[in-house]
Amino acid sequence: MITGFAALGAGLAALGAGIGIGSIGGKAMEAIARQPEASGDIRGAMIVAAALVEGAALAAIVISFLINAA
Amino acid sequence: MYSAIKSIVFVITMVLSPMACFTSYAQDSTVAEVVTEEVIAISETVTEGQPAHDHHAEVVDEQDPIAAIMHHISDANEFHIWGDIVLPLPVMVRKVDGSWSVGLSNQYHVEKDGLILSHGRIVDAHSHSAKGLIDLSVTKNVAMMLLSLLLLTLIFFSVKSSYQKRGVNSAPKGLQSFLEPIISFVIEDIAKPNLGKHYEKFLPYIMSAFFFILINNLLGLVPFFPASANLTGNIAFTLTMAVLTFIVTNISGNKNYWTHIFAMPGVPKVLLLIVTPLEIIGMFTKPFALMIRLFANMTAGHIIILSLVSLIFILGENGAAVGGAIGGTAIAVPFVLFMNALELLVAFLQAYIFTLLSAIFIGMAIEEHHEEAHH
Repeated sequence: MITGFAALGAGLAALGAGIGIGSIGGKAMEAIARQPEASGDIRGAMIVAAALVEGAALAAIVISFLINAA
Repeated sequence: MYSAIKSIVFVITMVLSPMACFTSYAQDSTVAEVVTEEVIAISETVTEGQPAHDHHAEVVDEQDPIAAIMHHISDANEFHIWGDIVLPLPVMVRKVDGSWSVGLSNQYHVEKDGLILSHGRIVDAHSHSAKGLIDLSVTKNVAMMLLSLLLLTLIFFSVKSSYQKRGVNSAPKGLQSFLEPIISFVIEDIAKPNLGKHYEKFLPYIMSAFFFILINNLLGLVPFFPASANLTGNIAFTLTMAVLTFIVTNISGNKNYWTHIFAMPGVPKVLLLIVTPLEIIGMFTKPFALMIRLFANMTAGHIIILSLVSLIFILGENGAAVGGAIGGTAIAVPFVLFMNALELLVAFLQAYIFTLLSAIFIGMAIEEHHEEAHH
């Protein structure tokens, strides 16, 4: 029962991170298409933003790990 | 020519790694059998009347992929190499009563000083739990960390001597030409834009953190001895790295940094009651996020690869269904190849993210006061 909820939580976290990173990547591509000369700066900012989004999702993953281990 | 060699090495690595995963999984079941026999032998020597079923409960079901995966990503007091060949590691454990037990891990296969080796970990021989024990042993992770330190020392001293021999302005050769772009990437893309004009003061920390995390991420992906330990996916390791960033940030923080924490300028005095606690929490959440990010990323990567390898054994019903095993292999091998290639990228990316965010935090702490210009 608890394992099932942990799996559900991991799935929801992956869903949230997927939406977040997808929109970051999409916007970054639009920005690069508009200003190809700024692609280096945009890529750096994109990776930082993606890492921050991913951090929130990974916190959820860690919690589902802990529930599984307990 | 160069790209041809590169692609050959890449392909060989990609083909070898799932094979080695496969063998290490197969080896795992032998380990489980050895443990099973030992546990049964122990429980037979236990005097009658004592609950022997506790020991039987410890036996790993060798068909359980979750137990096998957890065994692979967790730390151990001994280093499995191949089949029954195990590298014993030094053990130093403080017991609950305050006395120390010192020895090599192969002495703990039978009970020694009230401790015993169970599933690769030193535990209390009676309760079969590590509760209350302080384990300062050289574990599998520590052994790999020492290896990575040795590698880093060798690499960087050889590069240093080539710079001394040929000077900094001549074209790099060999190992030097491999490292020079990475070093200049760390300086130009991580340190300079975020740390401002005093970046050179922090380069030793930024560089060490970057290369230490990078080499341990890469060694973690090598699936055979002497690498293979999941060091950067160990929360104690990432905690230490995050604490180092916390210390560097707060020691180098200037007056401006502390003013923004304890008396945010431009905020009414009453609101400071809310803002200051939030800023103090913010001091700790930043390194905490660094810790969780590296730990969870690396652990998740290892779990995904091992799960895909487990697919062979699940579909093959541990050797009972040959067709299933062939089907599982057909599915697992391309996916493991793909995940290994992705993990190579992640290994680099996580080292980059960790040092980039460290540089941003340090840069925020040493930023000079220049807000008057905007008002």
